[in-house]
Order: sequence, then C-alpha cells, then structure tokens
Amino acid sequence: MRVKYVLSEVLVGLWRNVTMSIAMIITMAVSLTMLGASGLMYRQVDDMKDLYYKNIEVSIFLNQEVSEQERTDLDGKLKNDPLVKEVLYVNKDEAYKRFKEMYQDAPDLVNAVKPDQLPESFRLKLNNPEQYKNIYDQYKDTAGVDEIVDQSRLLDKIFNILTSIQNIALAAAIVMAIAALLLVANTIQVAAYSKRREVAVMKLVGASNWFIQAPFVLEAVVAGLIGSLLGLVALVAAKYLLFDGSLSALQGLLSPISWGDILFIFPLMAGVGGLVSAATAWITLRFYLRV
Amino acid sequence: MTKTYPKASRPSLDNVSVSIEKGEFVFFIGPSGSGKSTIIKMLLHEVAPNKGRVVVNGKDVTSMRSWKRPHFRRSIGCVFQDFRLLPNRTAYENVAFALEVIGKTKAVARRVVPEVLELVGLGGKEHRYPHELSGGEQQRVAVARAFVNRPLILLADEPTGNLDPDTSIEIMRLLDRINRTGTTVVMVTHDSNIVNQMRRRVVEIESGRIVRDQARGVYG
Repeated sequence: MRVKYVLSEVLVGLWRNVTMSIAMIITMAVSLTMLGASGLMYRQVDDMKDLYYKNIEVSIFLNQEVSEQERTDLDGKLKNDPLVKEVLYVNKDEAYKRFKEMYQDAPDLVNAVKPDQLPESFRLKLNNPEQYKNIYDQYKDTAGVDEIVDQSRLLDKIFNILTSIQNIALAAAIVMAIAALLLVANTIQVAAYSKRREVAVMKLVGASNWFIQAPFVLEAVVAGLIGSLLGLVALVAAKYLLFDGSLSALQGLLSPISWGDILFIFPLMAGVGGLVSAATAWITLRFYLRV
Repeated sequence: MTKTYPKASRPSLDNVSVSIEKGEFVFFIGPSGSGKSTIIKMLLHEVAPNKGRVVVNGKDVTSMRSWKRPHFRRSIGCVFQDFRLLPNRTAYENVAFALEVIGKTKAVARRVVPEVLELVGLGGKEHRYPHELSGGEQQRVAVARAFVNRPLILLADEPTGNLDPDTSIEIMRLLDRINRTGTTVVMVTHDSNIVNQMRRRVVEIESGRIVRDQARGVYG
C-alpha cells in the first residue's frame, strides 16, 4: 500500500505541473542525448584510430639524383631499424602505375607526367605509428632522401576535428544539464509548495522522512528516466537518419556505430539522468521541506 | 529549562520547570508572547532548550537526533486553532491519511477511523469535505485525527480560538472525554470562560516565567 501510495503521488505530481514536467523532461533529454552522443563519439574515435593507424604508411621519397649505393644503404638501414615493421620499395615504374590509378579520372594530368618524373620511394609501416617523429629525425638528412611524408599527420587533423566536435557535444551536454538541474530544483520547489499542507500534517503525525521525501525525489527520477529514454530514441533516430541515411556516403571513412554501442551507452545516460535528478531533488528538499 | 530565540532580547522561557503527570489535564494560560507556544514546540521536539531538559513519556528528548523525531511524534496528538485539515479530503480521508502515512494499512483505517469519528460525534458525516462542515465539526475532525493513533499525550494549541462559546464548550467536553481514557491533555488557551468552567490544573506564564501553578484553578 505504501509503495502504491508513493507511486500514485509521483504520477499525480508529474501531472499536476505538467508544463513544468515536460520542460524538465525535454531539457533532460537534450542533455542526455548530447552526453550519449559524445560518449559514442569517444568510442568512435578510438575505433577509427585503431583502424587507420594500423594501415598508415610513412613514405620516404628519394631525390632524382640518388645513387645506387645510397639507395642500398638506406634500404639496409631501414630493414634493420627496430621502429620499422615493413619496408616496401617503390621504383619509378611502380610509382607511375600508382599515380595513374589514383588519377584515372584526370587523363590530362596522367599524360602530362612521365614515369621518369616520379620519385622512387620507400613505403614504411611502423611498429608504433606515433613514433613517426623519430623516423623523420633519423632519416631526413640521409643522403638521397628528398622528403618524408607521414599520413598520420593528416589523420591527426581529422581526429582533432572529431575531438573538438566531441568536446562541443560534451559542453552542450553540461550546459543543458545545468538548465535541467535548475528546472528539477524549481519543479521540486513548486511541488513542495503545492503539497505543503499534506507535508505539514505528515510531519505532525510522525510520517518518516523517507516517506515524505520519496514522492518528490521519485518524481524527479522518473522525469530523468523518461528524459534518458527520449535521448535513446534521439540517438537511434540519429543513427537511422544520419549515419545509415544521409551520411552513408562517408561509411568507408567513419567506422560504423552499431546498435550495440547505442544500447551500451543507454545505461550510462539513464544512470546519470536518474542519479543527478535524485540528488538535485533531495538537496532541494533539504532547503524547502526541512523534515 | 530556558529557551532564548536568536535575536530575542529576553528569553522566551526563563528557567521554567514544570512536571505533568500521566493522565493529567493541564491548561497553560498567559498573554501572547508569554512563552506558552514555546512549551508546545519543545514537547513536539520542534525547538530545543538552551538550558535544561525536556522529558516526554519518560524519555529525555532534549538531545534526541532529528531522524528519531517522526517516530517520537507518533505518541503525541496535536490540535490547532486553525484545524489544519486537508481541504480536498473528506473527514474520513483526513483521519485515515494520518494513519496511512505512518504505515498503517487501509484495512486498519477502515476499522479504526469510523470508530473515532463516532467518538468525536461525527457519525454520519464521514464523507463531508471540510468546507461542508461547521468550525466546531472541523475541529472535531482534527481531534479525531490527533487521537486516532491513540497517543499518550494530546497537545491542543488554542483549539477553541476560532469557535463560538457554545461550540467551544462542546470541544472541551470532547477533550475531557479523551482525557478520561487516560490520555494526558496539555492545552494552551486564552479562553477564560473555558478555564473557569473546567476547574483543572492551571499553569500561568508571564514573560517566560511561571507565575502560578494551581491544581483546580480559574483564569485569574
């Protein structure tokens, strides 16, 4: 009976002040969606780093006047370098072939370039792609070396952009969370005021503190949970419409977000939503109920 | 005991000592601001004295932790000048509410509430709302609510303050009947008529001091 009483009080409470409840749930939902999105992004960026860095190459281009001796020396040095996992030598013909493949849509460009003009190069796979700098320092002044190009520097730029998007989402989540907290506090104040007679009687006849507070706290928790459910719906919709829809062209570039990832992030959203609302409501009651 | 409120120039209660036996009926009288209500608040563990001890039902409540207060309150019934009924609940529901919020089942309420409403003379009016009842009837509901849990002590803070003399007498008869069941009744009042008619113990307080404590007193 007490559980039933508390639950019915929660529903009555949410309904009594329905506009405020809706505002509370919406801000909570937006905040939690942002939180969930930045959480997904975090995993996404990690996945992508794994994927990309595994395939990354460092290219050491040789200059046109490189001698046979210099080339063999460099080849030997690279093969014995502990940082290097694989070495692939690309001669001028091979380079031309790759060039033709890459620019097959621009025959004019291909025709304008002769195999002789393309530099020979060593394509390296590193044991640890982040040690690019060491390779660069070590070989940049070696005879015959023209230029060292590292793909990971390009990727770093992309990942910087992704990380800043992630930070923006997190910042938006925090700002919305503050708004949600203030709304929770306000809702609880209004609820405590509209039930002040009941609360006074309950205190007078000796109802236990948890019994007086539970409906208010649970009201906030229920709002938080509904908010997190809406956030889940928003994330599912985002996956369905954006990633599988209009952004599907980028599928090769972005690693896919699985339904599992979204389901994995939901408990986090629900937990944060529920706990934060409960704590806010409880603290608000400390000030406005003085039980 | 002594109680000084912060910012007050003089103590609200100044070295007051009073002892009330189980089953007694005591009036606290005195002008406004004399400290009568402070005594009620101390008995309810709403305020604590700065000096001295408050003992209720054989338990020292002076330093009782606030989380124990709810359980302590269940042994004390309270009636006020302004009734403090819930306007959106019937007489029955108002009394049942007091039981249900302390964890009694609806079945218990169904058995006990009609009984106590009968006792206070509201048989047949269980399903009226407060606004459909007269002032005296509303106060009877309040008394029923205070008494339904069979408290050891009934505190009444000017219970007849809003009632006409005839109705006041009826409420006093009701409190007297409750007192005869063995419940200690402590009543704060300004109503000289009632005090003179009842001829019970009278404790008069003025400026925080007891100026009179008389076994079968009148209003002075």
